[in-house]
Amino acid sequence: MALTMKSGLKAAAPARGRSVSVRASAYDSELIATANKIATAGRGILAMDESNATCGKRLQSIGLENTEDSRRTYRELLVTTPGLGKYISGAIMFEETLFQKTSTGKRMTECLTEQGIVPGIKVDKGLVPLANSNGESWCMGLDGLDTRCGDYYKAGARFAKWRSVVSIPAGPSQIALRDCAYGLARYAAIAQNAGLVPIVEPEVLLDGEQDIDQCLEVQEAIWAETFKYMADNKVMFEGILLKPAMVTPGADAKVKSSPETVAAYTLKMLRRRVPPAVPGIMFLSGGQSELEATLNLNAMNQSPNPWHVSFSYARALQNSVLKTWQGKPENYKAAQESLLQRAKANSDAQLGKYDASGESAAAGERTYEKGYKY
Amino acid sequence: MALSAKSAAARSAAAPRGAASRARTVRVAALSTEKSNPYMEELRATANYIATRGKGILASDESNATTGKRLATVGVDNTEDNRRAWRELLYTAPGLGQYISGAIMFDETLFQSTAGGVQFVDVLKKQGILPGIKVDTGLEVIPGTDGETSTQGLDGLGERCARYYKQGARFAKWRAVLKVGSSTTAILENAHGLARYAQIAQANGLVPIVEPEVTLGPGTYTIEENAYWSEKINSHVMRLLNEYGVVLDAILLKPNMCLPGLDAPTASPADVAKYTVRTMLRSIPPAVPGIHFLSGGMSEEESTLNLQALQEACPNSPWSLTFSYGRALQSSTLKTWAGKKENADKAQDILVQLARANSQAQLGKYKGPHPVPGGGRILQALRTGGPGK
Repeated sequence: MALTMKSGLKAAAPARGRSVSVRASAYDSELIATANKIATAGRGILAMDESNATCGKRLQSIGLENTEDSRRTYRELLVTTPGLGKYISGAIMFEETLFQKTSTGKRMTECLTEQGIVPGIKVDKGLVPLANSNGESWCMGLDGLDTRCGDYYKAGARFAKWRSVVSIPAGPSQIALRDCAYGLARYAAIAQNAGLVPIVEPEVLLDGEQDIDQCLEVQEAIWAETFKYMADNKVMFEGILLKPAMVTPGADAKVKSSPETVAAYTLKMLRRRVPPAVPGIMFLSGGQSELEATLNLNAMNQSPNPWHVSFSYARALQNSVLKTWQGKPENYKAAQESLLQRAKANSDAQLGKYDASGESAAAGERTYEKGYKY
Repeated sequence: MALSAKSAAARSAAAPRGAASRARTVRVAALSTEKSNPYMEELRATANYIATRGKGILASDESNATTGKRLATVGVDNTEDNRRAWRELLYTAPGLGQYISGAIMFDETLFQSTAGGVQFVDVLKKQGILPGIKVDTGLEVIPGTDGETSTQGLDGLGERCARYYKQGARFAKWRAVLKVGSSTTAILENAHGLARYAQIAQANGLVPIVEPEVTLGPGTYTIEENAYWSEKINSHVMRLLNEYGVVLDAILLKPNMCLPGLDAPTASPADVAKYTVRTMLRSIPPAVPGIHFLSGGMSEEESTLNLQALQEACPNSPWSLTFSYGRALQSSTLKTWAGKKENADKAQDILVQLARANSQAQLGKYKGPHPVPGGGRILQALRTGGPGK
């Protein structure tokens, strides 16, 4: 029963709609499966993708030289931790590590997959100064990204990560905000087309004196912008993961917030900006102490959320490990044990069951560095 | 990427602590609205109430001209008193408030009373139904497009909303009309209108129902195409709502369900639900309390069956997947009444039965039989031409 239009109005022309290609790539179902494998209850991501320079800083802090061999030894310690796969569903690597083998000749990726941990790969090329901004940065890496992603997929990676930053003390400026969001959107589309689940990370840095309300405002703005451009670039939301910063006061703010407040603000922001199609939200720790990061995550999981709310921690999982290891073979097992302990704590937090009473003082140490370079 | 000490010092010299925000160029609209709007708590409560599970909206906001056309189909003249009597029948239906949380009215109706002199707003409130008000003033063709329309009504909107609030309205509605294959011009224009309207409504105490209708239109376009365009349009609407600082916790959405074109085979409720739910999951953040689907020409039974299927396709939905039905609640009610006093009770009964069926469907508990089974599509022509038309 066709609709009759009033005279004067032409009939709707559906032709334009017919030529639209509804998004469908060869990898769609694999992307969804991978994203859901990572976003499983009680599990989160171990971020171990520090660049060689940054990894070097970590190693130097415990008296080791920054060589490929020492970096390999350290990463081997992490990925061969027995039982890690119970609490960790994905591990983000730096390019060097993706292609490395352990001291026994086994590929790092294999150590992970046999534990049920999905290998991931950092694909951005780092931050550089952004012209005409307030001293802000932009993230490089789009050139040749499609080829790189294809190579990483062949090497066994199944998810990617790209870290862009937003500075509250600097504004952020409109230019920086836009570029951050747009770069992420383009990266996400390219990664998906190469079979890698993109982790989308516009990190709102902890630096500054801003209060939690100002942080909320900036977070709402960057996520609105990021989802806007991702939709434009036909990113499939069922096959991405997010890596936001929690909504917190700045590192130098006068008033600190309890985990309950951080949780309330962060969930408010997520509910306002994140469509439920996104399977998982894996928070960065960004300079919080190990304890803070775990307590905050726990507070966010006291009632059901429309998405898996979990962790993707680097410093907040590795800090105690490094301190325990000190580069000494005799401390190797204890260091692995310490990683497992932190992973379990965050797993408990993901389930909303974390109990802080057994924690050491070291866990409460701040990992924040002003002007931190990843 | 730390700020250089020099620039930091320069900034703090030129801009004392309190004015540091001047250096920030990000719009603060959302936050300042939320904190400075005295209606914010009430808006949230209103939106949450209307989105109560098991309830939906009765859309009864037809303009005088459209109401006239409806009345004409049952041989009733288009006079103010007849329009008043028709709405009185709807709002005084006993027990309607069990299933209906809000009723959208036209300007004239908001100020009308029953024959016995009781204001409609009071009749509704007594039933536990919040009064709402259509605030747009109709469609107009956008020049240079292929007959696409823009919705009018921003001029004087603030004042109108304040007056409506005073009269007892607590939510508003603005209908934007789009189609499968809308031009970017039309999408942006309609999304912009919706966002500005929503912002103004919230500022004046009315929860905005945001309605980006992708009309059920002629053609053989598939349900996938409809879903694609619905998703694209929703995305634009949400982004502009964010740009204008509209607080999403205090809006309601009134979208179309995803349906194939009128000249294509009808889709099953399961397919309608699959594509509609996917579209909502991809484009609507959980902060929005209620998604109130329009019936847009679906038959009364189709509207209920599809609503039931939505719950089955999305059992843990973060928003209420519910209804804001006009034709799907009124069509048989009107036919039963036909303007005759002796039919009033029977007509009210049909209305309440239809409301109950949809309430059950919202809860995922609808089993049938439908009060009005097997009906055909209830279509109306798109009209343009300015206020009151």
